[in-house]
Amino acid sequence: MSIGNIQEYSGLWVFVEQRDGTPAQVSLELLGKGRDLAEKLEVDVTAILIGHNVSEMAEELIFYGADRVIIADDPIAKDYRTETHTEIIVEQVFKEKPEILLIGATCLGRDLAPRVSARLNTGCTADCTELDIDKEMGLIVATKPFFGRDLMADIICPLHRPQMVTVRPGVMEVKTHNRKRSGEIVYIDVNCEEEDIKVKVLETMRAVSDGMSLEEAEKVVVAGMGVGTKEGFEMVQEFAKLLGAHVGATSLPVDEGWVSEDKKIGQTGKAIRPKLYIGCGVSGAIQHSAGMINSELIIAINTNPKADIFNFADYGIVGDVSEIIPALIKELRAVKG
Amino acid sequence: MDIVVCIKQVPETSDIGWDPKTGSLIREGVEGILNPNDKNALEAALQIREQHGGVITALSMGPRQAEDALREALSMGVDKAILLNDRIFAGSDTLSTSYALSLAIKKISRFDLILCGKESWDAMTAHVGPQVSELLNLPQLTYATEITIHNNSVTIKQKLENGFRILASSFPALITVEKEIDQPRIPSMESIMNAYRDKEVQVWTNEDFGEHKTHFGLKGSPTQSRKVYIKKVHKGKVAILEGKPDEIARNLIQLLKQKGLCCGIYVNWQYTRI
Repeated sequence: MSIGNIQEYSGLWVFVEQRDGTPAQVSLELLGKGRDLAEKLEVDVTAILIGHNVSEMAEELIFYGADRVIIADDPIAKDYRTETHTEIIVEQVFKEKPEILLIGATCLGRDLAPRVSARLNTGCTADCTELDIDKEMGLIVATKPFFGRDLMADIICPLHRPQMVTVRPGVMEVKTHNRKRSGEIVYIDVNCEEEDIKVKVLETMRAVSDGMSLEEAEKVVVAGMGVGTKEGFEMVQEFAKLLGAHVGATSLPVDEGWVSEDKKIGQTGKAIRPKLYIGCGVSGAIQHSAGMINSELIIAINTNPKADIFNFADYGIVGDVSEIIPALIKELRAVKG
Repeated sequence: MDIVVCIKQVPETSDIGWDPKTGSLIREGVEGILNPNDKNALEAALQIREQHGGVITALSMGPRQAEDALREALSMGVDKAILLNDRIFAGSDTLSTSYALSLAIKKISRFDLILCGKESWDAMTAHVGPQVSELLNLPQLTYATEITIHNNSVTIKQKLENGFRILASSFPALITVEKEIDQPRIPSMESIMNAYRDKEVQVWTNEDFGEHKTHFGLKGSPTQSRKVYIKKVHKGKVAILEGKPDEIARNLIQLLKQKGLCCGIYVNWQYTRI
């Protein structure tokens, strides 16, 4: 499939993920970032919203940065399905030819984006942590941590359109909600027939929330490779509990099975921005720091004084987790009485 | 139930070089292992075959040494192994890789299911499953933690951030699996020996696909690495707390108290046990 003249492609689109009529946090983050990028390119930001009975959200999306909201509202799109969402987005992309399409790298986004990119025969850069515009080339530059220690890659998509990028939730900031912003709302027809769609959703099960999520936690204590053993990990948990903090982890404790995957922080896990971050035996490699660098106060405990984390920690303790954490537990118990 | 399992050889270590000109990882000469998540896909396929019969083909694209990953798949018990190997394929991005894999699957032609790991542990894009589905015009069922085969359909339990969904599809379909779906079997010494001694890994090149050259490798890849670089984050000077563990602990807790971050009570606090 030929995309024609790439000069015809203009404008920045954000796919808005929604659940029960509420936009996903990452979509609001992308509207904010999209605004900055669009201003550099001097183009508009369009939000594309798909679902059933979702139009009430449209105005909010304008307040968060959209100049225009495209709504595909149809019972067939009530549940997310790869086929319907892909069909709707691709048809609209063919009609309007946006130059950039941003999608949140959630489970849904990571199912949708590669499918859309394959149908449009265009490039998609996955799980980016920074986005910028190269004004000279008129291209979006998507930065992502690359396999290997501290490697970053700047990826471009020069000859195909739209340039697609997925962005990890939590790494961009939500822009201020501005009620004075105005924009256009456009309804489009959905041309999908149920009998053509091969995948059916038989059941949806929501996990019961265990209180505040890691992303929203004010304090997070993170266990890294330096905790050494399961017992070491449990000690860090004990410390977190006394401090009233959530527990997070780098890859190792997750891979060892000491803690579930949903506690992983970093490039392939969650991105957090708590008021207090305490890294216990965390070295601070980019795969992890990509998910925590926006924390307000960073405290690091590591035996290696040259560990990367000391380059961006506010306070550092050069010492062994197995000695420092018991002392902290003792101190906290004394303080709490 | 004939199944194609797409697998990838990944570097054993993350301490790996890259070509500053192309931004591609230098995979040659680096010890490779079978991508751990792909073992889950192989195991799932083997379990389906135990119940429903059929032929399992393991398919991979990569340098010649990726043959080892296919030998491992053979030792786990797959029936056939195919390696797509051609200099023209080098430097492919996910779309270009998916294109070559989809051509190979078309050539294999007989399949009811395609299984893939959710993602590779080196690139972690999770692109190839959905892109291969699209290029073959197949329904995609991603993030499976359970697969159930029925007479004319397959259902999966799909893992999402906030819960699960049960999805159903007709055949043929492509499924990507999560690592919790199964415990991959460890092949016996004998089956490893057999895999190297008695089994064949077919090698297909660009010539096997006719005129598609422009879709392969660096030239056929829409995305390009413009720059790969080392990034060290610096935030200013770190204040090191010194002394014996007891003194450090006292000073740190004092500091947290001053900042109002010490003993906030988090009522709903609980661990997730696994």
